[in-house]
Amino acid sequence: MMRRMNFTLGVAAAIMLSTAALSSEIAPEAVEFTDEGITMSLTGTPGDPVEGAKVFKNTGLGNCLACHANEDMASDQFHGDVGPALDDVASRYDEPLLRAIVVNSKTIFTDETVMPGFYSLDVGKNVAEKFVGKTILTAQQVEDVLAYLGTLKE
Amino acid sequence: MKRLLIAGVALAAGLTAASWSMAEPVDDTLEIDGKPMITRAKAPEGMPFDEVLSGWLYREAETRDLERDTFENPGMVPVEDGEVLWSKVDGTAGKSCATCHGDAAESMKGIGATFPKWDADSNKPINVELQINKCRTEQMGAEAYPFDKGGQNELTAYIKHQSLGLPVQIDLAEGDMQSWWEQGKELYYTRTGQLDLACASCHEANAGKFIRADHLSQGQVNGFPVYRLKSGFTSLHNRFRGCIRDTRAEMPKAFSDELMALETYVTWRGTGLSVETPAVRP
Ligand code: HEC
Ligand code: HEC
Repeated sequence: MMRRMNFTLGVAAAIMLSTAALSSEIAPEAVEFTDEGITMSLTGTPGDPVEGAKVFKNTGLGNCLACHANEDMASDQFHGDVGPALDDVASRYDEPLLRAIVVNSKTIFTDETVMPGFYSLDVGKNVAEKFVGKTILTAQQVEDVLAYLGTLKE
Repeated sequence: MKRLLIAGVALAAGLTAASWSMAEPVDDTLEIDGKPMITRAKAPEGMPFDEVLSGWLYREAETRDLERDTFENPGMVPVEDGEVLWSKVDGTAGKSCATCHGDAAESMKGIGATFPKWDADSNKPINVELQINKCRTEQMGAEAYPFDKGGQNELTAYIKHQSLGLPVQIDLAEGDMQSWWEQGKELYYTRTGQLDLACASCHEANAGKFIRADHLSQGQVNGFPVYRLKSGFTSLHNRFRGCIRDTRAEMPKAFSDELMALETYVTWRGTGLSVETPAVRP
């Protein structure tokens, strides 16, 4: 299932990166997927769950509610059901796996999944000019969403 | 990982948020002014599922009711505007549509159910909008209507409305229709944009599910132009462009080869459904 198991490379790159550029973020092409998911923070700066909740809801950012129901946001309308409900999701997955799902869910599910990769440049054809070469979320927004997902635990 | 999903779906079904309590198309029948509409039909050979369903079946009760009654249907206003255009003289030849085609109820019956069709002159499929422009430029000495303007959607709707209730059945044997169908199919399954979604991602894999406030239908075209309660009268190529834009891809031009191929293929996907023009949609 984990199609990009570059552990040795991944570890080597992780060590190099952590010494070379402690605070700078990892570019989308440089993200290393291990068999546990993505073990390294994309930014080195801890995510903020309050910001993450905003990114999760915002229709121009994560727009996660469009596809996922989430009881924690019961006061918001229009939860979708294209994907599974995310209640208690942090009990089901550890952080590295959640990070891999948000960064590029195709590495965890299958190529057929309809969940977009939020920090990936492996995207569809004819991307609109203003989005070319850009990821849906920034590295820090991904970390913020992860911090928020971490709160979805019984 | 996929074993974890089942629990999620069950949970989602139990939540009370907003309007998504009915997750499947409704069990309801449509009659418009006493005329029965086919809203469920056996899928044509080669479709990946058994039954094709009109978008009407995915709408809320109030929206469905609006379409039942032509007096209530807000889409009938533009259709009546189209009726006026039908007999309005325009262009250097001093002709109207009616000059050549007489009574639309007679001459246009079936058109909405059989277009797009092969056009040997342009060596491409032609839809009702482009046929109107062909008549305007070649017969009437008038200018082609620009996309979505000048009465294009009103006249198209008036013409398609003459086929109300007739089952969609296009002829793929004519000319090169089959190869346009194939290109359209290719496009239907091609993922586009930053969100990396194909038509099939939403309208085939997830029909019946909710994406935000929208109950995803099979994305059938049998009701176009449709009256959208959110945004008014809407042409087919406008809808196609909107769905493509939502994947964060560049939008192909209206009536481009891509969208004509897509119209050919998607119209085929609705084979057997009644023409509902003007359908009412959210
Ligand atoms: C266009 C639809 C769509 C959007 C938008 C979307 N997802 Fe998903 N997501 C899915 C689908 C579908 C699955 C199930 C995997 C599959 O079957 O392909 C999924 C699975 C997941 C899972 C695993 C859940 C489980 O119980 O197995 C997590 C976690 C997740 N998504 C988080 C997110 C977050 C966070 C966002 C926003 C930043 C998001 N998703 C946006 C469609 C979407
Ligand atoms: C991100 C999801 C998504 C994608 C991708 C998508 N659509 Fe849609 N489409 C919708 C939604 C939501 C609606 C409104 C609800 C409905 O009728 O399904 C809609 C409506 C439609 C309708 C109107 C149906 C009616 O009954 O009025 C057509 C036709 C359509 N889409 C065709 C397409 C085609 C063709 C493509 C690919 C080029 C496409 N869509 C891609 C989400 C999508």
